[in-house]
Amino acid sequence: MPGLQVPLEHVLMMAAALFIAGLVGLMVRRNIIFILMSLEVMLNASALAFVAAGAHWGQADGQIIFMLILTVAAAEVSVGLGLVLLLQRRFKTLDMDNANRLRD
Amino acid sequence: MLDFLWLIPLLPLASAALLMVTAGSLPRPLIAACGAGSVGLAALCVLLTGLSWAHDPVPRQMELWTWMQVGTLRPTIGFYLDGLTLVMMSVITGVGFLIHLYSTEFMEEDESLSRYFAYMNLFVAAMLILVMADNLLFLYLGWEGVGLCSYLLVGFWYRDPVNGAAARKAFVVTRIGDTAMALGLLLLFTELGTLDIQQLAELAQGKWQPGDTTIVLATALLLGGAVGKSAQLPLHTWLPDAMAGPTPVSALIHAATMVTAGVYLIARNHELFLLAPPTLLAVAVLGLLTLLLAAFTALNQHDIKRILAYSTISQIGYMFLGLGVGAWSAGIFHLVTHAFFKALLFLAAGAVIHCLHHEHNIFRMGGLRTRLPVAFWSFLIGSAALAALPFTSGFYSKDQILLAAYQWPQIGPWLWAGGLLGALLTAIYSFRLVFIVFFGEAQTEPDRQPGWRMALPLSILCVASIVGGWISLPLAEALPATQSGHPAAAVEWISIAIPVIGVSLAYLIFLGRQLDLSALVNSGLGQRLHQFWYSGWRMDALYNWLWVRPYQFTARLLKDEPVDLAYNGVVHTSVALHHLLSNLQTGRMRWYASTMVGGLIVLLAVLARAG
Repeated sequence: MPGLQVPLEHVLMMAAALFIAGLVGLMVRRNIIFILMSLEVMLNASALAFVAAGAHWGQADGQIIFMLILTVAAAEVSVGLGLVLLLQRRFKTLDMDNANRLRD
Repeated sequence: MLDFLWLIPLLPLASAALLMVTAGSLPRPLIAACGAGSVGLAALCVLLTGLSWAHDPVPRQMELWTWMQVGTLRPTIGFYLDGLTLVMMSVITGVGFLIHLYSTEFMEEDESLSRYFAYMNLFVAAMLILVMADNLLFLYLGWEGVGLCSYLLVGFWYRDPVNGAAARKAFVVTRIGDTAMALGLLLLFTELGTLDIQQLAELAQGKWQPGDTTIVLATALLLGGAVGKSAQLPLHTWLPDAMAGPTPVSALIHAATMVTAGVYLIARNHELFLLAPPTLLAVAVLGLLTLLLAAFTALNQHDIKRILAYSTISQIGYMFLGLGVGAWSAGIFHLVTHAFFKALLFLAAGAVIHCLHHEHNIFRMGGLRTRLPVAFWSFLIGSAALAALPFTSGFYSKDQILLAAYQWPQIGPWLWAGGLLGALLTAIYSFRLVFIVFFGEAQTEPDRQPGWRMALPLSILCVASIVGGWISLPLAEALPATQSGHPAAAVEWISIAIPVIGVSLAYLIFLGRQLDLSALVNSGLGQRLHQFWYSGWRMDALYNWLWVRPYQFTARLLKDEPVDLAYNGVVHTSVALHHLLSNLQTGRMRWYASTMVGGLIVLLAVLARAG
């Protein structure tokens, strides 16, 4: 394969770092928009792992899964943004911790 | 009239029902007429029954209907009429009517006159059922009925908590005896398969030899019931407290009728008791101990009604003594004469209390001889009969009992000597009462005189207390004869002399003051003895310590239900766990995510270690 060869391990570590960054963002952020962004980061981290693995083994499966994840992410964002709008309208806030009425 | 036997208990029962249903809305004269009249009519019916029975004096049984049928248990609502029943019925309705008549004046100003007569009539009905029943279960119905009425009437003035406590005590203490009696009935039924009194007697004689353990046990249990109801040792403590009720109640229930139910029970089942000599011995010994103990106590009381109460306990002791030594008819004879003179004494005491602003303490009376002549003569005659002075009714009946005791084999003379000591004490305490209340200096002025409705019953009972000893009761068929035989003349003379000596002693001590006992009484020992006897031989304190306090202690322990601790523990633990889990559901999305991550990490760590 021509061009710069990046070792698989580095890519996987990069993906893991991205995933953890997303996860931490999910846990510590209270603004729902940031939570959605963290989710995107996590999805893309896994997509990156798939692409790297597909390139490493020389198979198309990785790219196909990447396409799938892209679709899922788009769907998720559309639903998520709908939720954001509803949250904003009903509670006049974007803070997730205020939306805890399901407790009871 | 014999076919209308059921009318006799029905009349007071119907009156009681009427008074209960109308609940005091009838005009007061009508209430009194209804209450006293129904018992009067019943007395008339008893008289007619007695007259027609006298033509053909054979026992007869009258079955109205079957009460219930459960397996072989088939108690009936049925009556049994023989001499003993007739005697008891006459006493209950006769003395009962006089007391009801007296009550119409005594209770005239009471606000709950209707309630009073309803209870009194119910009592008379229950007592009649008790003596007329032909089987022990029906008898037990009457037995519990009179217990209930006793409770209701002792606590009649229920606004004072003391009266309520006295009523509860009377109820609970007699209930101990009643439980024993119920066990006795169960034992007799399991052994003999019937509760009909006549059948029981026949079957028992075929099944057991005298002294067999089972019959001794069964009669001992019946004796337990009799001891409770008749206020004998060791269950006598309720009777003095039962004086909290109105005085006519004490006269009717706690002197003339209900407390003698135990005597009747033993006499009615004498065939069973004859098969159990140890029980009979116990009857005699208990009677003797009770009569002595109560006589000593009566000598030291201040309250006129308590003196009479202890004297009642003592006289019932004589009846038990008579039954125990086989003087069956003498025991019943004493029951009858005692009903006359003790009802007389109570009613006279009631007249004194009524006319002296409810004063009970004899030392605040005095000099009433000329001020209340009716009460004085009644009391004098009643006390003479109680002390068994010659030619009064009490003399004949007590004399018969003492002579029978003397002739009883083995410990007979000892029983006789004890009975004589009791007779001496009886004479002293009864005339102590007369001398202190009616002689000496006046302390309190009476504010009224008894009217004719009080005076008439008193006069009739005065006559009955004197001539009652000459009546011959139709008991020959119903009860076994006393062993005949004449004891030495000295024995008879002694039993005649003892009451006279007692009265003379009482005169010397309490009226003439020739015999000065103040040094003896005021000494340390004398004071302590007086306190000891005044408290009734500390029996109440003993029972308090022995039963009441441990019971209350246990009740306090069990109040918080320690047994349920384990079950409640399970409940509390699951509730706590539930709260723990439900607290996890915070509704916060970030918290859920974090716990998911935490769980995932733990899971991965475990898998990594396992891999």
